[in-house]
Amino acid sequence: MSKSKVIQVEGLTKMFGDFAAVNSITFEVEKGEIFGFLGANGAGKTTAIKMLIGISHPTSGKATVAGFDVYTQTEDIKKNIGYMSQKFALYDDLTVKENIIFFGGIYGLPRKIIKEKSDALIKELGLENVTNQLVGSLPLGWKQKLSFSVSLIHDPKIVFLDEPTGGVDPITRRQFWEMIYKAANQGTTVFVTTHYMDEAEYCDRVSIMVNGKIEALDTPKKLKEQFQAESMNDVFLELARG
Amino acid sequence: MQDISFEVKPNELFGIIGPDGAGKTTLFRILTTLLFPDQGAATVAGFDVVKDYKKIRNSVGYMPGKFSLYQDLTVEENLNFFATIFGTTIEENYDLIKDIYVQIEPFKDRRAGKLSGGMKQKLALSCALIHKPKVLFLDEPTTGVDPVSRKEFWEMLKRLQQKNITILVSTPYMDEAALCDRVALIQDGKILQIDTPKAIVKHYHKSIYNVRSANMYQLITSLKAYEHHHSVYPFGEFVHYTDKRSDFNPADLNAYLKSKNLSHIYIERTEATIEDTFMELAI
Repeated sequence: MSKSKVIQVEGLTKMFGDFAAVNSITFEVEKGEIFGFLGANGAGKTTAIKMLIGISHPTSGKATVAGFDVYTQTEDIKKNIGYMSQKFALYDDLTVKENIIFFGGIYGLPRKIIKEKSDALIKELGLENVTNQLVGSLPLGWKQKLSFSVSLIHDPKIVFLDEPTGGVDPITRRQFWEMIYKAANQGTTVFVTTHYMDEAEYCDRVSIMVNGKIEALDTPKKLKEQFQAESMNDVFLELARG
Repeated sequence: MQDISFEVKPNELFGIIGPDGAGKTTLFRILTTLLFPDQGAATVAGFDVVKDYKKIRNSVGYMPGKFSLYQDLTVEENLNFFATIFGTTIEENYDLIKDIYVQIEPFKDRRAGKLSGGMKQKLALSCALIHKPKVLFLDEPTTGVDPVSRKEFWEMLKRLQQKNITILVSTPYMDEAALCDRVALIQDGKILQIDTPKAIVKHYHKSIYNVRSANMYQLITSLKAYEHHHSVYPFGEFVHYTDKRSDFNPADLNAYLKSKNLSHIYIERTEATIEDTFMELAI
């Protein structure tokens, strides 16, 4: 396996009865890349991600994530990735600090490291005054930024972000993306899904899933050229409308 | 919500645009008589939201952000239920919901809880319309919905507008503002501005530049470190940059970015969008 390919997927398929939720998808993601994983609701994105993060067993095909096999090494995958989605982020009834300690503990970090990471993270996000507040009482944007930082607490090779910015105000949404750029710049691979097509333009490369298959995969610039479209929104509408 | 004032004209498609926590749902709950205001007054379809709440309930349709139909009733049972409550029948107003309902009619015997997100949305809209309301309130109907379904939903709203229904719709998606006749930009319980989408963009007083270079992260950090910067926001493939100086010369910025070892620098004037305006007002 090439060292710079942190995700390698070949012919990956998931069947539910006769229905191919994910139908033989093939792609690779490089180290430090921001990879946009787009598709309409029901196109198969979530099913594909579940296989990549080791919580759903593929029907056929091959895939390695951070060098580990999605069939046989799912525990190693989980240790080496971060995950954040809007549905599952932090515990609302734990405080900011408790959440950080909890997730640090889950990933098996030593107490001393958790303390250091926690202090650094709180300082960087400017959360010094709310460390003992319940996460449920924080504005959504703060929660999402904290959640992203927590998903990086164990220095994962790859972080999976499933619609991380839905409903967030435009300024916070951009601060969030600056955090993504920063993580990618430091070598973390970012695998992100979004319904905001301007965010698709922020990605190094973008894949678009339609009915279980990847119908397009390239840089936003090349996709726009290929489909003679002015924006990624037009590319998406062109493809997903069929 | 603090001291909000606005008017919506008959048959208008009026957008309430703002992020989560801005107060959109609270506003809708007051206008649909589900919540009392602490101060101030409001009328909907000519009725007072406190005194005439029963009349308002007969005159408005409300589609909450959270799916609120009966999950264990079928599609048809839900629709019948809402029709009956308002003393009407599906047949009587079928014309109004036809466009939308035909898309879910093949599944009319399926329980609502078993529908996909898109179908739930269409059923909820059908139920909100079944008594032919004068005013339709849609609270974030497109949140979490993909661009294709979002586009179809807005086309549906335009058709409803043709049928003499006034529509108030809230959304966190700034690009949807352009599809409304007029919009109110709302944040932290306050209205920042109300106008047509075109006029809102015109009010933006600064010159905006599209900036691009080889490394996005370095570009953002360098622009933010530039002493003359006013705002720096990633915008698709570019960064939108505004400068504090009135006599700003892009060549200066180009030279500065070069000194920061950035390559493939591109700087060009661009037009403001609703989102630029929103962020400028929200700071």
